[in-house]
Amino acid sequence: MDCKISEPVVGPRSEDTLPASASTAVKVVIVGGFGVGKTTLVGSVSEIRPLTTEETMTQAGVGVDDIAGVERKTETTVAMDFGRISLSDELVLYLFGTPGQQRFWFLWNGLFEGALGAVVLIDTRRLDDSFDVIGRLEERGLPFVVAINAFPDAPSYPMSELRAAMDLPDDVPMVDCDARERTSSRDALLTLMRYLYALTTTAPEPR
Amino acid sequence: MSDSKPEKRQNWEEGAPERLYVLTSGRSAPAEPAPLDMVTLIVTRNRPTSSMQPEQATILRICDYPLSVAEISAYVHVPISVVTVLLAELLGSGHVEARAPIPAASLPDVELLEAVMHGLQNL
Repeated sequence: MDCKISEPVVGPRSEDTLPASASTAVKVVIVGGFGVGKTTLVGSVSEIRPLTTEETMTQAGVGVDDIAGVERKTETTVAMDFGRISLSDELVLYLFGTPGQQRFWFLWNGLFEGALGAVVLIDTRRLDDSFDVIGRLEERGLPFVVAINAFPDAPSYPMSELRAAMDLPDDVPMVDCDARERTSSRDALLTLMRYLYALTTTAPEPR
Repeated sequence: MSDSKPEKRQNWEEGAPERLYVLTSGRSAPAEPAPLDMVTLIVTRNRPTSSMQPEQATILRICDYPLSVAEISAYVHVPISVVTVLLAELLGSGHVEARAPIPAASLPDVELLEAVMHGLQNL
């Protein structure tokens, strides 16, 4: 066999492969500013070490309204970390972390299309970062929940205060979260799923 | 250009536009609107042919078991947009099969949500 030792083998490790029966994949997006813990959350619940995919920003991928502040026309590459959870032999959940800042919104089209919903991850020390994100998600009509990542040195505020500060509608669930903890991150995802479930089962009959 | 051999890998500037252009043979988008989502699962159906681009042969090799478009992008180290073009060709020639994700709807199906919740609770 022709084997080059210098080149690492491309592809998943055998323990990272999905069963052949995997047939349905769904995705959830984790949105938040830099350093808010998106990758930490993805990593704590993912069954695979988080992977990184890159997207190259081109003119075509940029909405006319989103170009403000973007000086370079091409060659901007943005990395997205993502993880995976096999929910059954057939069903797979993918979690994508994506930056919330406006200049990255060009990524959102392919990413949010078909997504079940989003978890907006918040650092109470940088609440301002979340305003644009929440507004944009509301515009897109994508259901989301807000998870407050509990940084040890971040001040703790009552949920009601945070909700008011973010101008968050009453029906959008908020949840405390420690992104480093698997169960806590899992619970944030469950909060989103329960919210989606409530939205689906209480949706008005189509006219 | 008479030089048909690609330069050694080390001379490529990874991710530079020229490289992407070469990888997709100058196509900037699939001929048809791609039905591929980042989480569409891809499974190999046929072995690579010798005339294939190395990246496509690699895709066929790693997709013995289902992999999402995003995972393929990560393992082969090419952006999603480029993987989509490479996969469109492999789909067209029947080398791979795509297991499309649940079609985008305004709200997801109740049974699907129940299955997701059930799976998460069992983690």
